[in-house]
Amino acid sequence: MIERRPVGTLLAHFTLIAGIVIVAFPIYYTFVASTRTIAEILAPPMPLWPGPHFLENYGQALFGGLGRIGGVDVSLLLANTTVVALAVAVGKIVISMLSAYAIVFFRFPLRMVFFWMIFITLMLPVEVRIMPTYKVMVDLGLIDTYAGLTVPLMASATATFLFRQFFLTIPDELVEAARIDGAGPWRFFKDILLPLSKTNIAALFVILFIYGWTQYLWPLLVTNSNDMNTIIIALRKMISFADAETEWHMVMVTTILALVPPVLVVVLMQRWFVKGLVDSEK
Amino acid sequence: MIRFKAALTASALTFAVTTLSAQAATELQWWHAMTGANNETVERLAKEFNESQSDYKVVPVFKGTYPETLNAGIAAFRARQAPHIIQVFDVGTGVMMGARAAIKPVAEVMKDGGETFEIKNYLPGIVGYYSTSKGELLSFPFNSSSPIAYYNVKALRQAGLDPAKLPKTWHEVFDAARKIKASGWACGVTTTWPTWIGLENFAAWNNVAYATDANGLNSLTPKLKINEPIFVDHWDRIATLQKEGVFQYGGRTVEAKNKFLSGECAILTESSGGIGDMIKSGMEFTTGPLPYYPEAAGAPQNTVPGGASLWVFAGKPAADYKGVAKFFTFLSQTPVQARLHQVSGYLPVTFAAYEQSKKDGFYEKNPGREQPILQMIAKQPTDNSRGIRLVNMPAVRDIENEEIEALLAGKQDAKTALNRAVERANAAIETAAKAVQQ
Amino acid sequence: MQRRVTFPNRVLPYLLLAPQIAITSVFFFWPAFQAVKQSLYREDPFGLSSAFVGLENFRAVLTDPNYLHSLRVTVVFSLSVAVAALAAALLLAVMTDRVVKGRGVYRTLLIWPYAVAPAVAGMLWLFLFSPAMGTLAFLLRRAGVAWDPLLDGDQAMLLVVVAAAWKQVSYNFIFFLAGLQAIPRSLIEAAAIDGAGPWRRFWSIIFPLLSPVSFYLLVVNTVYAFFDTFGIIHAVTGGGPAKATETLVYKVFNDGYVNLDLGSSSAQSVILMAIVIGLTAVQFRYVEKKVHYA
Repeated sequence: MIERRPVGTLLAHFTLIAGIVIVAFPIYYTFVASTRTIAEILAPPMPLWPGPHFLENYGQALFGGLGRIGGVDVSLLLANTTVVALAVAVGKIVISMLSAYAIVFFRFPLRMVFFWMIFITLMLPVEVRIMPTYKVMVDLGLIDTYAGLTVPLMASATATFLFRQFFLTIPDELVEAARIDGAGPWRFFKDILLPLSKTNIAALFVILFIYGWTQYLWPLLVTNSNDMNTIIIALRKMISFADAETEWHMVMVTTILALVPPVLVVVLMQRWFVKGLVDSEK
Repeated sequence: MIRFKAALTASALTFAVTTLSAQAATELQWWHAMTGANNETVERLAKEFNESQSDYKVVPVFKGTYPETLNAGIAAFRARQAPHIIQVFDVGTGVMMGARAAIKPVAEVMKDGGETFEIKNYLPGIVGYYSTSKGELLSFPFNSSSPIAYYNVKALRQAGLDPAKLPKTWHEVFDAARKIKASGWACGVTTTWPTWIGLENFAAWNNVAYATDANGLNSLTPKLKINEPIFVDHWDRIATLQKEGVFQYGGRTVEAKNKFLSGECAILTESSGGIGDMIKSGMEFTTGPLPYYPEAAGAPQNTVPGGASLWVFAGKPAADYKGVAKFFTFLSQTPVQARLHQVSGYLPVTFAAYEQSKKDGFYEKNPGREQPILQMIAKQPTDNSRGIRLVNMPAVRDIENEEIEALLAGKQDAKTALNRAVERANAAIETAAKAVQQ
Repeated sequence: MQRRVTFPNRVLPYLLLAPQIAITSVFFFWPAFQAVKQSLYREDPFGLSSAFVGLENFRAVLTDPNYLHSLRVTVVFSLSVAVAALAAALLLAVMTDRVVKGRGVYRTLLIWPYAVAPAVAGMLWLFLFSPAMGTLAFLLRRAGVAWDPLLDGDQAMLLVVVAAAWKQVSYNFIFFLAGLQAIPRSLIEAAAIDGAGPWRRFWSIIFPLLSPVSFYLLVVNTVYAFFDTFGIIHAVTGGGPAKATETLVYKVFNDGYVNLDLGSSSAQSVILMAIVIGLTAVQFRYVEKKVHYA
């Protein structure tokens, strides 16, 4: 049995609380701002604790008309964003799991060429290659389509890389045993690899869902119709720095509301991170 | 899952419906960068125009910040998918002018569209900025603002200064700032947009050249003149004040506004568009004209606008341009302009809208709103104050900001800073001009 | 790096790779190829006139003292960000793995900051925390700290490093935690029975078992610090004051996207690609030797 030293546990709690204070403070402070009036937000220092306008501000945001965001219904914005986030997360996980599987568990000509082809895409963000990429999108007729919003975002190597890292830790004995049992690549993948990858898939899903959810520049570039807008674009439409009044308290409320779905995903996916009885004895 | 599918179908349906109904009228894409309350204004204008006639349908599309919108427009033009109208910020004016083959001048659009267009009905300080040196209007001024001075009334009183007798010249402003600081206030004076206010408008307002060749209006490769003594002296004073803690640098764009809003700095030079936030914050403030130097001959001249204008892309069918011309005529209507001005805080583009606002008693109810207009129409613009046209204005501003920051950090003196800015900017302009000229 | 035991199959691996290679070719290689081509031309933003200039753009970039300055800034910035984000995340993950009470709460609170969109985070950062107008800056100055990152280059660097690391901590935390949770408890218990203290257990058992995920995070964080941070730099310091926080990728972004100098920015991104390909190759060739796989 591992010893439990109270001092160590206390120290762990202390570290975690300190970490949370630093990491979550910006969000907390945004929440504070969302419960205050615009005058309080505009005159720093804004107090560090929530104000009394929670119901008023959130009520106005949820039921008070949608003029600020280009006349698009919030449910449509959320539906669009959900489609993008889910498609990116699922698509990228499927694609990268397959390619990582190929690279790790097969030996074939040009393997290293493909490996490097995939891994050099770890670099070069969209902003830097915006004009040629846009031209490709137009040529393929992908402007204002869900495919255009999602497929190009699946082209990165991070997920493939993660699965490769994980697949390399699978003991050779397991593969040998599977082969002796007559299991083909497909059965091995389905019955052994997939269940073992659970925690990694869960972690990736959380990350990729959020990645898709928070996209801004790409959707902005490839959509021309307000009906294809995502919630983040709508949010940015509300924020103005120069020359226009911004309803800062409403911006803060919308920011918090836009956080709810990804946070739900985090919370719901959490149990996959928690080691179950079966896993611990693997 | 079922509900999710329903949402998908619903969105697909709405999409199909909007596409269908659009086929009845010619669709005119209008890409813009307007956020906040201004985004609403844009949507409303388009809606009103679309309801006022049935041949054309203006579709406003938000494309992000100003640079993001411009990039989207350029990428679309290169892919032959350009919108009809694109909103381009003031510093992008030179970029657009450099691409004459890509754009259709607004004057030409109006003429071809058969719409009457009298340039003398428009505020000269504003349309001058968006015209060629021959007076041909290239883009339609949509949102314009100009720098003015804001004063914290409480700070003035605490320093024994009279809020009814505001300082007019930079000497007086710096004096007042010192007194305010001495009275125990954290910071006397600051500014937003150091380049737009402290160099570009500084030159126009004091009627001194910012660059040769009428500030670049007559040439692709003007040479900057911001290292002339009047600029050097001004920035030397600011650097001294920074050392004394009287002036506090607040950043390259609008960040310093919050130093004023928080009560930290007592005097601020800022865009007239910033007045909305000051009012909303509930602080006691008053506004005055942008300060000038009395020793400059002809000062105060006129200030130049910031903001953005609407450009029309070339290569569209003639019928589309007719719609665009109609839309610009719609935007020029006095009620539309007067409302735009009064609601958004931007300057009116036409004299008629200004007169209308006066008649409405708007300026009595909203002191401070007339100040930028008075500055813009005070005098007929000269070669020094018509506008500034550099093919790579954003890059030049970066260079200027960098040298100013090194100056205020005490790493170099004003003379060195501005000399280096001129030298680096001139080289950058030459390189950029080569790409356009070849 | 490959396993000793593999499946024999001639066609299947190519089919498995096809989707990723297809997407990568269309949306990465083709645009990248265009960027390489662009770097050999001098062109106006609208593509109305262009002239072949050979390696002139590269010559201009590489002889520019500002570029070399950016290179130095990038090295300092990237190292600081990667180290800070990894160390903080590892510490938090180990602690979370250790505690029993409140684990779920800690986990949630440490992950959700990642859910703030970068585009919005930049705005919030500017509004609430920026050097000029944020509440924190205001409080610091009121407390008598000479906090002025708008003019002090070192403070500005500190600020962007913290902001960039902050954004990445949650990401790293998730993967470290997933890695920790996957380690069989029996192994650690066995070591504990053998009398190994927590410190030794960590370095001799847990850390080696974490090395595959650590290697993954090392590469991802390097790439993140290099490439994905210009949004933060853009919002927080704009590369200033006087270029003190202008990293290579911020320069590419600013020169190409904001200042519309296509030739120079393409040349810069080609150089950048070469640097990172080199860096990634080094990591895979040398650093990976130390990684403990099964």
